[in-house]
Amino acid sequence: MSHITSKKFSIVVILSVSLVLAALLSVMIGPVFVHPVTIIQFWLEKLSFGLLHYDIQEMHRVIIMNIRMPRVIVAILVGMGLSASGAAMQGLFRNPMAEPYVLGMSSGAAAGASAAIVLGIGGLFGVYAVPVMAFITAVITIFVVYSIAHTDGKVPTETLLLSGIAVGFFLQAAVSFLKLIAPMDALRDVVLWLMGSFAGVTWSDAAIIVVPILAGLFTLLILSRELNAFQFGEETAMHIGIEVELMKRILLTATALITAVAVSTAGIIGFTGLVIPHIARMLVGADQRIQLPVAAVTGGIFLVLADTLARSIARPAEIPIGIITAAVGAPYFVYLLRRRKHAVGWW
Amino acid sequence: MLIAKDIKASYRDTVVLDNVDLHIHRGEFAGVIGANGTGKTTLLKVLTGVKKPLSGTVLLDNLDMKSLSRHEIARIMAVVPQSSFVPPLFTVEDVVSIGRYAHSSKRFTTTASDKTAIDKALCITGTDRFRHRYISELSGGERQEVLIARALAQVPKILLLDEPTANLDIKHQLKILGLVRKLIDAHALTALMVIHDLNLAARFCNKLILLHNGKVHAVGSAEDVLTSKNIAEAYGVRAHIDHNSIAGGLQVTAVECLSESNVVAGEHADILSLRVKEFS
Repeated sequence: MSHITSKKFSIVVILSVSLVLAALLSVMIGPVFVHPVTIIQFWLEKLSFGLLHYDIQEMHRVIIMNIRMPRVIVAILVGMGLSASGAAMQGLFRNPMAEPYVLGMSSGAAAGASAAIVLGIGGLFGVYAVPVMAFITAVITIFVVYSIAHTDGKVPTETLLLSGIAVGFFLQAAVSFLKLIAPMDALRDVVLWLMGSFAGVTWSDAAIIVVPILAGLFTLLILSRELNAFQFGEETAMHIGIEVELMKRILLTATALITAVAVSTAGIIGFTGLVIPHIARMLVGADQRIQLPVAAVTGGIFLVLADTLARSIARPAEIPIGIITAAVGAPYFVYLLRRRKHAVGWW
Repeated sequence: MLIAKDIKASYRDTVVLDNVDLHIHRGEFAGVIGANGTGKTTLLKVLTGVKKPLSGTVLLDNLDMKSLSRHEIARIMAVVPQSSFVPPLFTVEDVVSIGRYAHSSKRFTTTASDKTAIDKALCITGTDRFRHRYISELSGGERQEVLIARALAQVPKILLLDEPTANLDIKHQLKILGLVRKLIDAHALTALMVIHDLNLAARFCNKLILLHNGKVHAVGSAEDVLTSKNIAEAYGVRAHIDHNSIAGGLQVTAVECLSESNVVAGEHADILSLRVKEFS
């Protein structure tokens, strides 16, 4: 028992350190190289409330604080959110293919966000218009998908996935239609954003998403015992004392919240919610109490590194991060399938 | 104590359970038998609260199940499912600790009473020797033992089992049912299982419930229920019934299928049983 716990503990420590190092690396790299010592000095200054003072160029301060830090923070939050949502959905539906995108939730969020950008719907929410619209449509989507799949008081996994795919296609058509009628300037926004990117992310973006993502993550983590039970099937979950339908609703709303804010800030970033939970499961097992936090941290590392790559390999241009995550994620997924069938091929 | 009164259940327009009454007392081990499609599984679903009956009442220790939350039900009744699927990468201890859900308010840690209950469940079922192994790596018989351990971790008064011996070899069949019998006697549990094997049912259960066309066709001791007449009516099979002198209990030997016309009326079955006697 103790050796298992200490192994898991050291994995958590290693991952947390890696997350900090990945963030440091991401702040260092760019058109202007910032020395890591400078970054550490900058943060010592910040954290000591000016008690410490170092000689740092103003340009470096601006690059660290205004350009790269918000981007790193948003990438970490989105990576954490998408990975934890994927882990939760895979547990909830006992299906290794479940993730926000497959169940149509990402497309739902994208449709709401596109409507906000192109048609200006939800203007009364101000800066929150896009994420609020994305959340509304993501929640509607998942419950439409859910009720289509709901037959005889049950939601069979196969039906759920199929209805998710079908509704997803419909919503993608809606997004395509919005692109078609969009004015030129809005079209560029929509197209670039839909491909998935952290370009131009600011502190206000970080401020908008931090609360919903952390609230979603917290909800999933609080319900990790229920998620464990769901992996043994809904009937077993019921037999050990879980109000299955209520828990499902809470869990799906939490994942919709995370997905909506992630999509509205960074577009559709595929494969993170699919691959990262698998890695976490292989590292620490299927117990969601540990798998969820490990998936979240790993997802944060993954998106920070992917974003660093996205803005450095084709300099001065940036490539959409969705391309990087698919290029890394898809082959890795195939590798997982080949190598450890039992980790992927659940029943 | 487990009581079902006048249960009626259907799938869409087809009535699958009609007028089903059950009385299982403390310390009793009831076996639900019957041909495929006679409502055994549906009955189990109604008794576990997974399926709502059209009408009728299920009483768990004299409490109406309708008035209880899942949480409250789980503190009275545990269910051992068929072990056909288990998720990978869960250790045996993880699986058993899931049974503590209804008892524990702690979400991330295990309380002392949880730990005692888990250890006890592992020890009684003999699964503590592989408590750190993944359940997906275990054999079918071992998995079934783990699922029983999980049910015990709930500290139930009522235990329901869904074909606990399906897909098990003869050694594990005896082991699992012997374990259940021992648990019932030791803790005065009320237990009910759905089972296909009539000989095992006769040997381990002290009450048999024979379902036929969604109704209780016969109920009582093995001697009362397992008659060649009943078996001919409920299964459409000519069976030879003997006392098993070695293991005790009854020995049912299915001899041959009866054509439909032979089973309509009970009198035919009487003739058949006479023929069976001549046979032997």
